[in-house]
Amino acid sequence: MAGPSMMETLFQRTLEDLIKGMRLQLIGESAFISKAVEEIRREIKSTDLHTKSIALQKLTYLNSLHAMDMSWAAFHAVECMSSSRFADKRIGYVAASQSFNESTPVLLLITNQLRKDLTSVNEHEASLALECLAKIGTVDLARDLTPEVFTLLSSSKVFVRKKSIGVTMRVFEKYPDAVRVCFKRLVENLESSDPQSLSATVGVFCELAAKDPRSYLPLAPEFYRILVDSKNNWVLIKVLKIFARLAPLEPRLAKKVTEPICEHMRRTGAKSLMFECVKTVVGSLSEYESAVKLAVVKIRELLLEDDPNLKYLGLHALSIVAPKHSWAVLENKEVVIKSLSDEDANIKLESLRLVMAMVSESNIVEISRVLVHYALKSDPEFCNEILGSILSTCSRNFYEIVMDFDWYVSLLGEMSRTPHCQKSEEIEFQLIDVGMRVRDARPELVRLARSLLIDPALLGNPFLHRILSAAAWVSGEYVEFSLNPFELAEALIQPRASLLPTSIRAVYLQSVFKILIFCVNSYLSQTETLADLEPEVPDSISQRENSEASDLASVRAPFEHEHDEAFNPGVLDRPSTDNSIEDIGNAADGDGQTSTFVSFRKNGFTRESIVNLVNLVEVAMRPLSVSLEVEMLERTCNILGLIEVLKRELPAVFQNEKVLEKEELEVLKLIKLMNDAFSEELGPVSMSAQERVPIPDGLVLKDNLADLDEVMGDVELPSSSSFSLESPYNGQRMDPASCNVQSKEDSEASSESTSLLAEHRKRHGLYYLPSEGNGTISNDYPPANDLKSGDTNQDDTEDFVKLTAQSLVPKKKPNYAKPRPVVVKLDEGESVPVVLKKRDSRDDSLSGAVRDILLGDDAVKLSSSIKGKEKVNVDPLDSKENMHDMENSSHRKSSSRRSKQRPHRKERGQTSPEKLGVEKEEHGGKVKSKSSHRHGRQKSRQKAEGSSDIIAETPVIPDFLL
Amino acid sequence: MIKAVMVMNTQGKPRLAKFYDYEPVEKQQELIRSVFAALSSRAENVSNFVEADAIFGLDSRLVYKHYATLYFVFVFDSSENELAMLDLIQVFVCELDIVFNYGKMQTILDEIVFGGQVLETSSAEVMKVVEEISKLEAASNAITFVPKTVSNWRGR
Repeated sequence: MAGPSMMETLFQRTLEDLIKGMRLQLIGESAFISKAVEEIRREIKSTDLHTKSIALQKLTYLNSLHAMDMSWAAFHAVECMSSSRFADKRIGYVAASQSFNESTPVLLLITNQLRKDLTSVNEHEASLALECLAKIGTVDLARDLTPEVFTLLSSSKVFVRKKSIGVTMRVFEKYPDAVRVCFKRLVENLESSDPQSLSATVGVFCELAAKDPRSYLPLAPEFYRILVDSKNNWVLIKVLKIFARLAPLEPRLAKKVTEPICEHMRRTGAKSLMFECVKTVVGSLSEYESAVKLAVVKIRELLLEDDPNLKYLGLHALSIVAPKHSWAVLENKEVVIKSLSDEDANIKLESLRLVMAMVSESNIVEISRVLVHYALKSDPEFCNEILGSILSTCSRNFYEIVMDFDWYVSLLGEMSRTPHCQKSEEIEFQLIDVGMRVRDARPELVRLARSLLIDPALLGNPFLHRILSAAAWVSGEYVEFSLNPFELAEALIQPRASLLPTSIRAVYLQSVFKILIFCVNSYLSQTETLADLEPEVPDSISQRENSEASDLASVRAPFEHEHDEAFNPGVLDRPSTDNSIEDIGNAADGDGQTSTFVSFRKNGFTRESIVNLVNLVEVAMRPLSVSLEVEMLERTCNILGLIEVLKRELPAVFQNEKVLEKEELEVLKLIKLMNDAFSEELGPVSMSAQERVPIPDGLVLKDNLADLDEVMGDVELPSSSSFSLESPYNGQRMDPASCNVQSKEDSEASSESTSLLAEHRKRHGLYYLPSEGNGTISNDYPPANDLKSGDTNQDDTEDFVKLTAQSLVPKKKPNYAKPRPVVVKLDEGESVPVVLKKRDSRDDSLSGAVRDILLGDDAVKLSSSIKGKEKVNVDPLDSKENMHDMENSSHRKSSSRRSKQRPHRKERGQTSPEKLGVEKEEHGGKVKSKSSHRHGRQKSRQKAEGSSDIIAETPVIPDFLL
Repeated sequence: MIKAVMVMNTQGKPRLAKFYDYEPVEKQQELIRSVFAALSSRAENVSNFVEADAIFGLDSRLVYKHYATLYFVFVFDSSENELAMLDLIQVFVCELDIVFNYGKMQTILDEIVFGGQVLETSSAEVMKVVEEISKLEAASNAITFVPKTVSNWRGR
């Protein structure tokens, strides 16, 4: 050997040196590594294999843990693999297993090396080759090495045999035709007396059955025997996994295995086996009451353990059993509820799921209340987990379980005010969705929107902006339900609204526009009414009725109140002490809500109040008319334009109040028109609505739009004006410590926010309508989500347990005071179509092959006279192209077994006409001819021999176990 | 099956990483980082399972054990029993000088997990093989030119 190479050999750093060096390095890790790689690149070119292999080993290490590229060294790995020294060979194999993949070019070179090592007398060399094949086996490798694997499957050395069993998994997956060769030996290993081989075999079948359980039903008797006989927990666990997959397919099998599984559950001391039994029972045998009862007892044991792992797994098992046996959760509800405040996130989450699984329409109110309480006490992550699951549970299937939407709307409000709430997007969506779908919820929604909008503190929390956007939209769209539209307008133009992102401000502005139109229109129609003093419905109102789909036209509502008490319960049931009304001072008469409402309607829109409103809006809009944001600019201009017209025409209106020539006034028509436009009801839109729009003639949709880019240049398209735009949250989160919790009754909440508003009014009087409301001056805005300190949320777990104790018990449907309101649903297209994943064709061919072996060609499997390698010399090229032919041919009688070695194309040519017919038939519905063998198989399974020609009629799975 | 085995220290530096489905190394590093992020946020004395669907795709669970300054992580799917995996970590963690004994650690792991399948769960069995292999390696280092004899001798 040449000098330098010798030097290298002597002074080469080993992997250990490299690792030690890395820990002590002073030059920075990446510098050290790149130096090391440089060194490796030099060493790896050495002619001395030992030097090369050490270098390769170091590279493998750096690749694995430091992501250094080693694809360039693929050939060196092949060189090392072929070394006659075991140490070098091993390094080569490890490197190859780690770095080779389907696209590695030198992969073609290793087939022979693998074959040589697979047949090596040294079991460790064979083991290396098997490990490598299991990791990087490709279609070609799997096909070419199938014969060697087949041989090793009956090796007398357990060490090699168990690994060859393991490798069949990869080989079958890549090359399904290997099943025809190896499957029988694999099955034989199920009867192996050697525990290691048995364990490996069961493991392989567990994986196979996971992909396609039905194909392995015929092996149920073998698995059953293992289930009953085996003492090895590992093997039992795997067999249980297999039965968990098979049992749902075959009720008789389920019946048969239930008892042995329960026996294991009772007897075993190993928690893992016990847990597996429990999981099998609750997951796959849930119809067997006694088994489930036993399993629940065992679950309870797990739940009472101190070990968090066991507790977590117990809860997990409980959540599997919950959908079918809710009593199991009820029995353990105490533990479940207590777990909600466990320190372990897994346990908390699992118990949350369990609680949500218990929800029904009768207890949703109670459970939500408890959970929102928990959310207040939890860390931000779990808090949002809770809120998210409440939101998704309640909105499931169009708010199926929500009976009382007024309650739900206020719950949404409460959740919005929960500190850490990051579910604003979902709440935003639901606020609008409920508004569009549930007409009866609108008064309550507007009330909620009001309380959110007039609280200036909320504007400071960027997490709430989306909710405010929804609130603004609701307040504009359903302003007719508002008790005090002026107040809403004030809230929408308050100065702190400048804290909002522009897309949301745009929604605010649009709502101001709607409210303005509404107020002016109400005023005008009211003056008409007064002027006409006629009992019948005034013109403008009947117009509205015609134009609206809704029979709930705002103006008409008060008239109907007198006749129908049940009408519009949201308004009627409302606590009559809404302080906000007093601010305006027109609700002083204590005749109850109805009269308040009517009187407000009659007197609220005074000339003065309208003028004030118009002026106020104008003052607020002026600064925005120079906004840079187009959405805001455009809407501001709309409002200002409207105000312009109003200002020009209104004095005339006011002055001629008694002798109104309404038809001639442009503004009247304009306002009516606008009002009509806005009072058109918006509903949910079907997902497929777009598709149903017919494509107009002559519209070419498939034209190439490539040159559009040039035309557009870098012109940026303005964002759309919809209310749910992207959320440009850029503000900082509120300090969680400073924002406390708002958990008061709604009336309190609104009174508080009214006082906030009053403070605000003091500071920014310019932006407010004149009023006699007063309040104290505070120095600053309280933080969003404020909770009075010394809150009452110190209830501890026991209280919650008590609380939920009743609520979790399924009750009779309570009698609701009012019927559930109608929830608008579309007939179709409201859910995103689920695209089923198509199964891999390779999987299909694998299970096809397995079925053929197990069901169609028993004799092959059973004939114990396998002569070894020369029988299975599958022509690589041919067999690859003829997978399908193979499948067909395997249906043939066992006598033609030899035909497998022949090229199948030829074979097909020789097939007699009737046979071809049979094959065709099999193409259509494969079952018929298979079942004939299946029956035979059953017999032969039991007797281990016998003819395979008994014909059965139906393609059912026979009673293997009966 | 087992999808991956990782050993990393409490700073997130990987000490061993083995993926049984081929992943490019960059992706491996990313997965290791996400696993570490998931682990480091967990308190002491809580359960050892992490739902890893977000990191490793559907039907993935992760079990870890924290020994001294090391995390031992097994990623697996529904074909494995959670508690058995926890035990398996125990089997894997023999008295190893893990930092420097990368090769030995590889060998041990290879004996236990084979292409994602657990083939050996007995410590004694694993250690026997590991010793045999180190003997073989030592032999092949000492006798530089007659490996055939060694393999013949081993293979009997």
